[in-house]
Amino acid sequence: MQDDLSNVRFLGSISAGFPSPADYKESKLDLNELVAPHPLSTYFMRVAGDSMVGACIYHGDVVAIDRALTATHKKIVVARLGDGFTLKRLWIMHPKMYLRAENPKYQPIEVSGHPDFEIFGVVTYVVHQVQ
Amino acid sequence: MRKHVFALVDCASFYASCEQVFAAALHKKPTIVLSNNDGCIVALDGLAKKLGLKRGQPIFKHQEIIRTHDVQVFSSNYSLYQEMSARVMAVLAEFSASIEVYSIDEAWLDLTELAADDLTELGRTIKARVRQVTGLPVRVTLASTKCLNKIACELVKANPQYRDVLDVTQFTAEQLDEALSRVSIEDVWGIGPKYARFLSNYGITTAKDLRDADERWIRKCLTVVGARIQMELRGTSCFPLEVKRPPKQNIICSKSFGKEITSREEMAEAVSTYTARAAEKLREQESLTTRITVFLRTNAFHQDAPQYSNSFTIDLPHPTAFTPELFTYALGALRAIYQEGYSYKKAGVELSRITPMPVVQPDLFGEVTLSEHNRQARFMYIVDALNRIYGRDTLYFAVQSIARSWKMRQAMLSGRYTTRWDELVLVT
Repeated sequence: MQDDLSNVRFLGSISAGFPSPADYKESKLDLNELVAPHPLSTYFMRVAGDSMVGACIYHGDVVAIDRALTATHKKIVVARLGDGFTLKRLWIMHPKMYLRAENPKYQPIEVSGHPDFEIFGVVTYVVHQVQ
Repeated sequence: MRKHVFALVDCASFYASCEQVFAAALHKKPTIVLSNNDGCIVALDGLAKKLGLKRGQPIFKHQEIIRTHDVQVFSSNYSLYQEMSARVMAVLAEFSASIEVYSIDEAWLDLTELAADDLTELGRTIKARVRQVTGLPVRVTLASTKCLNKIACELVKANPQYRDVLDVTQFTAEQLDEALSRVSIEDVWGIGPKYARFLSNYGITTAKDLRDADERWIRKCLTVVGARIQMELRGTSCFPLEVKRPPKQNIICSKSFGKEITSREEMAEAVSTYTARAAEKLREQESLTTRITVFLRTNAFHQDAPQYSNSFTIDLPHPTAFTPELFTYALGALRAIYQEGYSYKKAGVELSRITPMPVVQPDLFGEVTLSEHNRQARFMYIVDALNRIYGRDTLYFAVQSIARSWKMRQAMLSGRYTTRWDELVLVT
């Protein structure tokens, strides 16, 4: 038993009595941590139109886009298509690739072989104002 | 001793590339960015260069080219460029703890510690990572010294076959000789035009000539700086990274007006605005100033208009970085030199005799007590913080006014896509 005492190490001090609330001071919740955990590669864009209402993304919403994530099947992405940016769900049916709206009003757009198509990033969050 | 390895990372056509990241329609269209007041071309992409446009050219001379080739023209959007630059630098900092941000679109990295076997591969990784995070194209060169890196960077620009990455540490002696003999002496980093002319007179016309010149003679004629450049060309590093930049010894805020100023009130607004900006920079580098100069001039190109230019300097009774106090002096200096009856094209404010913030010398006449100084510092800290978080001019002083009819002309400004909620890119 004596030998065991040599293994006892100093771990830190404890204080007796009731802890003061000041000891538990934490920083406030920061929405950036939630919406943009990778601020370096995260960009924001504003949604115009109703092509993604089925995915609960509405006109006027702000989307957070992470450029560092890999766009895979079924991910909602922002892509440059011709002269504009578009927000759609990526649909990969090898060897073809489509951008699909989440609104029956719009047809899927085939992008495989499209000369002017490039993924900007993957949508990670939607900021929607309720009222 | 192990050889140093430095990387020079340089953003290709930085301003134009930033615009292209956020404007889908610009893809494959020549793009140019204009200077303050939309006067000349300050940045252009590869397609615009192919049309024969060049940096520094006045824009009005090229309206024909711009129309026929659908060249996309932008005013300088510094908020966007600064923010994108910060992202690039943060990505680069992932690769090395030693990084020197050399300019808005260039940085040095010390990669010696990384001891990478394949530096070209590492360069490609850096390039790919910056591209992924920011969408911006960069060039990466690797060499044992800064001078050799600068030369490598020019090689990469001129030779598309390197695909933007070049490791000159792998060059054979012959390859290096060949490369250095193609660099003319005035393009060697650190050799100014005066020394270039001097060296040419002695038959030293290329980087290779300088490298192989007699070192005692170089030291004698070009001082120790010249000797160091020569050493760097020979592969021995003499210019380490300046990881923390020394604070500036003088700060100038000056711009040409978009519309010429003809009234005392407008001039006071302009001078106040420059003073506020200069004071902000002063506090950013944690310094105080003891001297302020205000200068103004008319447009020298309007030869038939009456010409006038003048400046006025005031030595301050004690060091300060307190904007309201600097306003008092700046406007006092302006009163001393402002003359009615002229159209002013340019004005500016210079702060000099700068000292570091901590050594506040108690004023002999007791005008500023330490507690008053602390109160002023806290106040300016809050103003700066709010302007940093919510955008410039969230808080400003009444003398700066709001109208700013004299302000920079920025008719073709793109959105501040990364710093303003109301200017985001629209996605459909």
